[in-house]
Amino acid sequence: MVVALRPADVDLVTELADASLANPVMTASGCAASGQELQQFFDVAELGAVVTKSIMRDARSGRATPRMAETPSGMLNSIGLQGPGINAFLARDLPWLLQHDARPIVSIAGSSLGEYAELARRVGNTPGVAAIEVNISCPNVEDRGLVFACDPVQAGRVLSVVRRDTARGVPVFAKLSPDVTSIVDIARSVVEAGADGLVLINTLLGLDIDLATMRPRLGGVTGGLSGPAIRPVALRAVWQVANALPGIPLIGVGGIRTGVDALEFLVAGASAVQVGTAIFNDPHAPVRVLAELRTELAAHGFARARDAVGFANRSAARGVLV
Amino acid sequence: MVSTEAMVGRGAVQVDGEVLSNKRVGVYHHLTLVADGIAERTKPGNFVALSVGGATSAHLLRRAFSIYRVRPAGVYGGTVEVVFAAHGPGTQWLADRQPHDAVNVVGPLGRPFALPKEPVACALVGGGYGSAPLFALAEKLRERSCGAHMVLGAATESRLFGALEAKRAAQSVTVTTEDGSVGIKGLVTDPLPGLIARHSIDVVYSCGPMGMLSAVTRVATAHGAWSQTAVEESMACGIGVCMTCVLPVIGDDGVTKMVRSCVEGPVFAGDKVRWDDIGTIPAGTFGAPGMGGH
Ligand SMILES: Cc1cc2nc3c(=O)[nH]c(=O)nc-3n(C[C@H](O)[C@H](O)[C@H](O)COP(=O)(O)OP(=O)(O)OC[C@H]3O[C@@H](n4cnc5c(N)ncnc54)[C@H](O)[C@@H]3O)c2cc1C
Ligand SMILES: Cc1cc2nc3c(=O)[nH]c(=O)nc-3n(C[C@H](O)[C@H](O)[C@H](O)COP(=O)(O)O)c2cc1C
Ligand code: FES
Repeated sequence: MVVALRPADVDLVTELADASLANPVMTASGCAASGQELQQFFDVAELGAVVTKSIMRDARSGRATPRMAETPSGMLNSIGLQGPGINAFLARDLPWLLQHDARPIVSIAGSSLGEYAELARRVGNTPGVAAIEVNISCPNVEDRGLVFACDPVQAGRVLSVVRRDTARGVPVFAKLSPDVTSIVDIARSVVEAGADGLVLINTLLGLDIDLATMRPRLGGVTGGLSGPAIRPVALRAVWQVANALPGIPLIGVGGIRTGVDALEFLVAGASAVQVGTAIFNDPHAPVRVLAELRTELAAHGFARARDAVGFANRSAARGVLV
Repeated sequence: MVSTEAMVGRGAVQVDGEVLSNKRVGVYHHLTLVADGIAERTKPGNFVALSVGGATSAHLLRRAFSIYRVRPAGVYGGTVEVVFAAHGPGTQWLADRQPHDAVNVVGPLGRPFALPKEPVACALVGGGYGSAPLFALAEKLRERSCGAHMVLGAATESRLFGALEAKRAAQSVTVTTEDGSVGIKGLVTDPLPGLIARHSIDVVYSCGPMGMLSAVTRVATAHGAWSQTAVEESMACGIGVCMTCVLPVIGDDGVTKMVRSCVEGPVFAGDKVRWDDIGTIPAGTFGAPGMGGH
C-alpha cells in the first residue's frame, strides 16, 4: 500500500512558529556547547538548528566536580550552567555560528525575571538568531530558590517578559521540566503567557551513590538524568501536550539516539527533535539521526516531514489506533 | 590568555576501529586497534575516547585512554595502542575484546605535551599505566637532542608498565615500588630531587594519579624545573561539549578558571593547576558565586 519513496526525495522542511528550518534535527542545549567543537566531525550548517548551551547574564563557574555519573542507558549531570556570560557569548560564540551558516537557537537562563528580560533584550534583538529557547529549570532567587519550571505562575511570568522583550518574528520556545505533577498545566500557562512553542523535556532529577565512599557520587549531590533511559518519559510528555494544545509547535528531546527514535517523536506531535546525550556516545549523532530519519520517513511513506508530525495523535483521535 | 582557536578541537576523527591484538601485560591490557587517520594526527600526550559495549550499549559514555603508541598506515592500516587497567564495566568490556572485534575510536583528543625549544634535560615520571604516553614523548625529546630520564613508579611490580622499554627509550631509568618488589622502595618523588640535581633537569613531565602529579609538581617547582602534567578527570564527552571534566587552573591573567581538561588539557603546566582545590570551586574563581559581574 505504501508507495515506495526514495529517501532523497523526502522534504524535511519544518515550521516552528515564525521559523522555517531546513530539517527537524537540532542539537540539545548543553550537549553541543556553541557548535565549534562539533565542526571537526560534521558541518553544523547541515542541522536544522544548533541550540546553544544555556547562557546567563554573568559568567558562571558551575558546580564542583564530579559533575557526571554514568547510569543505565543514561547519565546524571550537575554542571551548574558553567558559562562565560552573555557578553562573551555575543562577542565570540554567536558570530562563529553565523559565520558558519548555522541556524542558532540561543538558550537563555536566569535567576530572576529581570535577568531573563535583559537576556531577551540582548539576544532577541541580535540579527541571525533563529529563535530563543528559554530554560526555566533554574532556581528563582526572588522566590526562595523555587524552580521556575515547577510553578505555572512563575513559568508564565518568565515567558511573558521574554516574549515582550524579544523582537517580533523571533520565536520564543519554553523548555519544560518533566519533574512536575502536570506538564500540560505548565505548558498551557507558558503558551498563554506568550510562548510560541515548547521544548519537551529537560532532564529528570536523579541521584547516584558511590558505595566505596558511601556518598552521593556527584559534587552537586543530585543531577539531571538524560539519555535513552528517559526517552519514554519525553515521548509521553510530547504526546500529552500535543493532544492538549493542538497547533502549538513542539520540539521533542530526551534520549534520541536514532532516526527511528526521532520519527517516534514526530508522529507523537513534535515538529522537530534535539539530540543531546547521544552526542557523547557518537559525535556524529545529530547528522546520523538526520540521515536515518530521512530513511525512516521514506520507508513509512511520508513524502514530507510535516506530514508525519502528530500522525499518531490524529490516528488515535480517529479511533484507528485505540 | 589562551585563544579560542587553540581551545577548540580541530584534528580529531571518528573511526570504526578493529582489534588487532589485546594482550595482558602485568595487571594491564595492551590493546592495539587498526584505526585509520589517528596516527598521522597524534602527538605525545593526546588521548583517544573509545566507545564500549557496541552500537546499542547501555554504557553511553566513551572511555578515555592516553595514546601509548601509533603507527601510520602500513600492512594493516594505521594503528593506535593503549594500555589500561580493567576495573569497571567499560574497561572490562575492552579487556574481553578479541582480534577483529569492532571498537569505535574518537581521537586524537586533547592538548599534547609542550616540548622544549632548547636541548635541555628532562625527567619523565609515570605512575602505573601513566607511563604509557611517555615513550613517544621520550622519542620526540631525543629528536630535539633533549636528555630523557625516566622515573617509573607503582604500588608493586605487576603495576609497573614499560620498565624494560624505558631502558631503550631513555638515557636513565629509575624504578620505584611502594612495596619494594622491584627498584627503590618508595614513591616516584623520593628519587626525583636527586635526579633533577644530577642531570640539571629543566622540565619534569608526569602522567599518573592526581596525587602523584601534585607531588611531582611540588618537587619540580621547588627545584626550579618546569612541570607538564597529564591529568585524569572524569569525562562524559571527551570533545569539549559537556563541561564535566573541569578543574581549577590559574590562567596567564592570574585568574583561576574552571577549565575543560579534555580540550585545554589533559596536559597542563603543573604549577598552574590548583591541585589542593580540585573537587571544589575555589573562592575567587572566574564566575564563582559572589564574584559579582557586570
Ligand atoms: C585523559 C585520560 C587518559 C586516561 N588514560 C588512561 C590509560 O592510559 N589507561 C587506563 O587504564 N585508564 C586511563 N584513564 C582512565 C580511564 O578513562 C577510566 O579508567 C575508565 O574510563 C573507567 O571506565 P570503567 O568502565 O572501567 O569504569 P566506570 O566506573 O564504569 O566508568 C563510569 C564512567 O566514569 C568515567 N570514569 C571512571 N573512572 C574514570 C577515570 N579514572 N578517569 C576518567 N573517567 C573515568 C568513565 O569514562 C565512564 O564514563 C584515562 C582517563 C583520562 C581522562
Ligand atoms: C551535560 C548536559 C548539560 C546540559 N545542559 C543544559 C543546559 O544548559 N540547558 C538546558 O536547557 N538543558 C541542558 N541539558 C538538557 C538537555 O538539553 C536535554 O534536555 C536532556 O539532556 C534530554 O535529552 P538527551 O537525553 O538527548 O540528552 C543538559 C544535558 C546534559 C546531559
Ligand atoms: S569531557 Fe565533555 S567537556 Fe570535557
